[in-house]
Parts: sequence; structure tokens; C-alpha cells
Amino acid sequence: MASTALTFRPPRRQISWAWLGLLPFLVFAFAFLIAPAFSLLLGAFRDNQGAVTAKNFVDLTGPFIRNAYWLSIRISAVTALMGGVFGFLLAYALVLSGVPVWVRTGLVTFCGVASNFAGVPLAFAFVAILGRTGVVTQFFHHSLQFQIYQHGFNLYSFAGLSVTYLYFQLPLMVLIMAPALDGMKREWREASENLGASSLQYWQHVGLPILLPTILGTMILLFGNAFGAYATAYALTGGSLPLVTIQIGAQMRGDVLHNPGLGYAMALGMVVIMAVSIGLYTRLQRLSERWLR
Amino acid sequence: MRRTNVWGWVWVLLGTAYFLMPLLGAFQFSLEMRRGVLSLLAYQRAFADPEFWSTFLFSNQMAVLTIVVSLALIVPTAFWVHLRVPQWRPVVEFITLMPFVIPAIILVFGMIKLYKSPIMIGGLTLMGPPTNSVIGTNALLVAGYVILAMPYMYRAVDAGLRAIDVRTLTEAAQSLGAGWFTIIVQVILPNLRAALLSGALLTFAIVVGELTLASFLDRPAFGPYLWLLGQHRAYEPAALSIISFALTWVAMGIIYFVSRGRGGQGQVAGAH
Amino acid sequence: MGFLDLVQIHKTFGVRPGTMPAEATSVRGIPATAAVVDFNLEVQRGELVSFLGPSGCGKTTTLRMIAGLEQPTTGTIRIAGNDVSRKPANQRNVGMVFQAYALFPNMTVASNVGFGMRVTHKPKEQIASRVTEMLALIRMPDFGDRYPYQLSGGQQQRVALARALAIQPQVLLLDEPLSALDAKIRVELRGEIRRIQQQLGITTVYVTHDQEEALSISDRVVVMNAGRIEQIGAPFEIYNFPQTIFVAGFVGTLNQLRCTVEDPAAARLSFDGQVFRAGNPLAAAQGASVLAMLRPEELRFGAVEGENQLNGVVERVTFLGAIVRIQIRLGQSLVTLDALNERRLTLPKVGEQQTVSFPPHAVWVLQAS
Repeated sequence: MASTALTFRPPRRQISWAWLGLLPFLVFAFAFLIAPAFSLLLGAFRDNQGAVTAKNFVDLTGPFIRNAYWLSIRISAVTALMGGVFGFLLAYALVLSGVPVWVRTGLVTFCGVASNFAGVPLAFAFVAILGRTGVVTQFFHHSLQFQIYQHGFNLYSFAGLSVTYLYFQLPLMVLIMAPALDGMKREWREASENLGASSLQYWQHVGLPILLPTILGTMILLFGNAFGAYATAYALTGGSLPLVTIQIGAQMRGDVLHNPGLGYAMALGMVVIMAVSIGLYTRLQRLSERWLR
Repeated sequence: MRRTNVWGWVWVLLGTAYFLMPLLGAFQFSLEMRRGVLSLLAYQRAFADPEFWSTFLFSNQMAVLTIVVSLALIVPTAFWVHLRVPQWRPVVEFITLMPFVIPAIILVFGMIKLYKSPIMIGGLTLMGPPTNSVIGTNALLVAGYVILAMPYMYRAVDAGLRAIDVRTLTEAAQSLGAGWFTIIVQVILPNLRAALLSGALLTFAIVVGELTLASFLDRPAFGPYLWLLGQHRAYEPAALSIISFALTWVAMGIIYFVSRGRGGQGQVAGAH
Repeated sequence: MGFLDLVQIHKTFGVRPGTMPAEATSVRGIPATAAVVDFNLEVQRGELVSFLGPSGCGKTTTLRMIAGLEQPTTGTIRIAGNDVSRKPANQRNVGMVFQAYALFPNMTVASNVGFGMRVTHKPKEQIASRVTEMLALIRMPDFGDRYPYQLSGGQQQRVALARALAIQPQVLLLDEPLSALDAKIRVELRGEIRRIQQQLGITTVYVTHDQEEALSISDRVVVMNAGRIEQIGAPFEIYNFPQTIFVAGFVGTLNQLRCTVEDPAAARLSFDGQVFRAGNPLAAAQGASVLAMLRPEELRFGAVEGENQLNGVVERVTFLGAIVRIQIRLGQSLVTLDALNERRLTLPKVGEQQTVSFPPHAVWVLQAS
């Protein structure tokens, strides 16, 4: 009995080859970003004889390395906090306090420049002002009879490096906060006033809560920014401050840790910290985008 | 109600003072090379050094190569993501975010480890260790710079594409009979001029003064030269800092003017 | 004296408060902008008054002055007999609904609605019960826990309304609340706003540039142009008895015929060689040039016995559904005629000679200036 039922052929799955257009990019990223990172990951699990081990990660908790991490975390946190607070205040002053537009444009453009002015040139500029024979040092010495180096200040120290880092941290905060503050609708302020709130209450209930994700997120970005910095620190302190990045650099020049695997593990630890920072920043940024839409 | 806040001006003045002081101070310092009198001696000495020119030239060449490779890689990719494979956007954006997670020092660490051995597939040696040859190392340097500049380059191009509504323009061009090459060259690229210029200038700013990659890959670049100079001399480094700042300022200024009115936002490179 | 009084309000941007209008010419070479000039209005308790006019006519500026978000250069604002002109915006107890909703994105609907009471430290139970009451009023009782980004435009605007009403204001102000919404939602929501306003009996000022909106919900309409009041009146009055050419032209479509007065007492006018009669004797002299205005819906197609008749040529016929819009050329002018649709109609053809009829009382005459 012949079947007269309609034969139903399921539609043939279209295999899209469009993704091949991304191949050059993906190959490049793999070869020069992912593979090197992965190589570090593999190396971290090997000991001096080449056998697989997790000991390197255990050794990360040793005092020497712990100090390095702690120092890096401290300087990153301090500059993130200071850059965050003062950057926010400056951004607020530029956007919301009624200064003329040209002032805002000028300073924001300057911040764009300053946030890129990191590394060796920045370090040398600060040496020129706060080094032992620097301009500001001399000013204090000759005009105010105050020798800052004799009173404990040292550019080539934690404090000095922090001040130097601040020079690109603060502008970065301004660059991100200024547009965010712009996005604060004038109507929110007016509606709040209209409903009976004072200026303080507006900031307390509406203004700061809306801005908080952006402020926190950017401060975390600042943290990551400082944590991964190498050139500025090296140019300024030459390796005397045992930051994680400096240690990794030292390990690359010579086997100072007597265990390459430990160096790789340190690098990986750094990557984890950076990944967490960027992850938090991205999440907070998404949240604020939703509100400031 | 636009009443100018006193506190606003206070913070603006403090901020301006904080920003200007290091620059003015460094500038003054750079003029003090000749004892007792302000002169441009430091600048003259700096420019008279042949090493300055050779390393500066080298860095500029690397910068140009980086820009070319970046553009050739990123523009088609961004275009493709916008047009044909939008579902890959999260992946591509994640990749362009990775250089933040893997800063220069880690990147060069990994690259040296990986590429100091010969490149093999299976048991076949494709080529010798890239780090053994000058061309190979230079290639690694350029590749590293492309990676470092990738977030900014991609974001600049992406924003530019978004601003011009690529899809509609392409469809309009196709309906009028244009082929892919014509579309990219005559329709898309001209409208991306501002974005491309921004990306290129930013890349330039990143590459020329860069220390980390150049020094560990042992290349005669401007960054390591500057650092070395700082170990032996006092006034010339300050002079070169000022020059470097002025150059960055010019680059950013151009970016600002070019991207004004096209929805451009200041690009940021962060620490290195 | 009304419940809300605006007395001799002037607003000129760029000058110091208190500068008399005559002195406000230019500031440092930039001409001072007179945004609102000689604005006088008494709004009765429970009335809904619309400010209607084109962009830049000063209606929003005036509203914001009532709210305290702008200061009048001279003039007084009184609410319930009290002079509030110098009171800061957060002490006036007026509720304002903004064009862009302005809901606080970091708070839920319930939090938004209760905000005004929270910042004035009302007891928690009172806040909770009022919020529930308000949500019921706007017919969104289950939306308390939602966030603004989860709501549609129309829903956000209703919440904004509830938020403004929750503080039990003496006056409710709405600044083009529906402009950002779809046409269909707009019609729905304006009915809602009127219903709520009447239910609560709250004195309301409503700013809009949409004349249909203003006409459909207001007790009175204030038509504004270039900072001045053109006319104040009930919607029927504004539409049918406009006092100025601007009002006549702004509200509804209008046919304007430039005519010569033949006989003032007999109200005879001539246009394009044809003669017709107005309803009342004319105030102009014989031979004077006046504007005769006719609404499209009062014109009839074809010759009608006993009415004025003008002849012309059909130039365009547009079928709008409920209305058939016919444009007829009479001399130099193009006259628009709106006829209600009927199934038995045959639509006229372009190029046909046709007659337009209208009763004398449909003619509204203004002095041509």
C-alpha cells in the first residue's frame, strides 16, 4: 500500500561560514595574547625539574612574595582612593558647579593628555620637581629653609610613587566621571526639589546612589590601573620598591627567585587580581548604564 | 538655576595648580642646565645625541607598523561584527578587554617564555625561535603593541561604526550595485576618518614612549633610551619629558578637534 | 482673586531680578531675551487651565516660575492668598510632572511615589497607606516593586503623576507630560489625567503645544505667543471666537479670506469678485480690508439654499477616514472644506467646478492689521 502521506523533510541546517571573517583577529589574539598567558599558566604548574606541581602557588604565600603583593595592593588602593575622591570632586566642579564651558573643555582635554602621560617621561618630570635637586625641593630649601629630604620625604619611596601615580589616576577619574555627571538629568534635581527635598537630601537619596556604581567601578578600574603599572615605578624607583610588577621584571632579567615557576605563579596571581578588578568594574558599569540611560 | 559655586572654582584652581606644577617645574628644571642662567642647553644636548635620533626613529617606525597592522586587523573585524556576525560581539569585546587583565609586563613575560622556543606543530619545526632574530623580535614587539593598543583601537572604530549606522549604509550601497571592496573603501572608511585618526594617534602615544616591552625584548627603542639617559644625566631627561608631553598634547589635541561634533569622547590609555 | 494668581509676571533672561521690563534692553551687548511679558492670570480652585502655544512662547517658563524653578524678573505669584514669589522651590507644595518623567532610577515605583513624604519625615504608616492610595488612583496597584527601567513610557508618566500627587500639593503642574508618548497612549492618558484631576478637585496648570490636548481636557485655555497671552477662554470660545489672528490660526485649521467691506451695516463682504454676508454688522469702514475666517467643518459642499455661496475649482481631495478634506481654489486662496464621511458620497474630482456654501454666522471677521 503506497503511502500518500506528504513526506516531510526537515530543513537542512544552514552552516554559516560567516565567522571565518573573524579568523585573522582570532588567530592574532590567540598567538599573541591567549597563548602567552596560557604559557604562563602552564609554567606556573611546573617546578625546577619540569614536573607538574602546585607548590608554586603555595609558595606565593611566603613572606617575600606576600609583601610584594601587599605593597602593590596598598599603593593601588591608596592612589585609587585619592584619585577617586579628588577626581570626583574636580569632575563635579567642572560639570555641575557652573564654571564656564571653556574651563571644563580645557581641563577635560588636559586630563585626556595627562592620563596618557605615564611611564618614563612622567617619572622624570617628577624627579625634576621633587627629586633631591628638584625645583620644588630647592624652593622649600632656599625660600622656606625647609629641607624636605631631611624631614623624611623621599620621592623614591611609597609616598613619592603614590604622588606620581596620582598624576594619571586623577585624570582618569575625571575623564570617566565627567560624562557620568553630565548624564545626571536636571529633572531629577528639579523633581526632588519640587517634592520638598533639600540639596543634601537630593544627594543622599538620589544623586549619590545613582552615581555610586560609576564611582566605585571607576575606583576599582583605577586600582587595576595602578596594580599593573611597571614603567613608571621602574623609572622612578629603579626596583627599590618591591612591587609585584618590579619583582616579575627582576625575575625576567635573571633568576632571582631561583624558581621560574614561582615567577609564573606570581604573574598568574596578578592576572587573577586584575581579572577580578575588571570584572567588578564591568558589572558596576552595566548597572550604572541601566540607570543613566 | 546656574549660580556659580565658589567651591567649584576652588577645586578647579586646585586641580589646575596640581596639573601644571610638575610640568612647569620640569620645564624650569630643564632650563637650568647652564649654571646660573636659563638656557636651552639641555634641549640642545638632548637633540645632539645621535642615540636620541636613532631610537626615536626606531620607535616611530614601530609605531607606524603597529598602526598599519592594527588598522588592517581591527577595522575589517569590527566591520564584520557589526554587519554579519553580531552574535560574536561579546566574544570580540571580551578579547579586547583582555589586555587590561594582562598588562604589558605580564604580556612580555608570556611572550618571551613562549617564543624563546622554536615554533613547532606536531614534530615539525615551522621556524626557529622568534626571539633569536632581529626581525622576529621586532615582529613580537609590533604584535605586543598591537595587543596593547587593541582596546582603544577597537573601541574607537566600533564607536565610529555605530555612529554611522554601518548596516543601513552598506545595504544602501549594495542596492545601488556596489561590491564589498567599493563599500569599504568608498563608503565606510571615509566616514571613519575621525575614529581611525583617534585610534592611530592614541597608538602612537602608547608606542613611542613605551618602556616595558621594548626593554625586555631588548630593542633599541626610545623608551629604554630615555630610561638609560635618566640614569646618567639630570637635565636632558627633564627636557625630553617636556618634549614628550608636548607631543602627547599635540596628538590628543588633534584627536579632540577631529572627533568634535562626531560624538567623539576622549580616549584614555591609562598607566603603563 | 483666584486660588492661583499670577500678577504682572515678566521674565527676561540675562538681567538682574527686579529690572523693570522697559529697562531690560541688552546685557553686555547681548540682547536680553524677554521670555514672558505681562502675564496675568487668576486660576480658580479646582480648575484645569492649559497654557497652549508654539515652542518658545514662554509657557514652560511661566510654569517653572509657578514651581519656583525659575524666578520672575518682576511680578507676584500667589497661592491660596499667600505670596510665594520668593519661596524656594522645595517649600511651595506644588506638584510637578515633567516631560521626561524624571523618575528616580535607583528607586522602586513605591519609593518614588513616597519620596516627597520621606524627605519631609512623615510617619512610615502614613507613607505606606498614601502610596497604596496613589497607586490605586493611577490604576497600577501591583507595580510598587518595579523599577522605572522596567516600565513603559506611559506607565512611567502615571507613576510621575502619582508621585506629584502624593504630597497633596495645592497646585498640580504638568509640563508637556504626554509629548514623549505614542499617539494612542497620549489620548488614553490625557483622559486619565483629567479624570484624576476632577476626582481630586486639584487646581491644575497644564502646558502643551498640542491643541487637541488642550481643548479636550481644559476648563480654560491660555493661548500664548512670543511671551504674551493672546487669549484666555473656554475651549469652545477659543476655537469659535478667536480674538486675534494668531489664536485663530494656531487652534485648528482655518480658512482666511482677505475681503473688502462692501456694506458694514449689512455685513456684506466681497472677495474675488464674489459677495457674501457675515452674521453681524461689521465694525470696519466701507472699503476697508478685513480677514474673514471660516472653519473647514462649517463649510458645505455644493450649493445650499439660503446660505452664502462661493464658486471655485476643486484642487485636491483627501480621504482621511472619518473626514473628507476637499481643497477648493477660490481666486488666490485655497480653501479647505471638511465634510463628514458618508457611505453614499461620491468624491468630487479634481478640476471640477464646485460651490462652497456656508451660513452667515460661520464668518468670523478680524481687522486685517
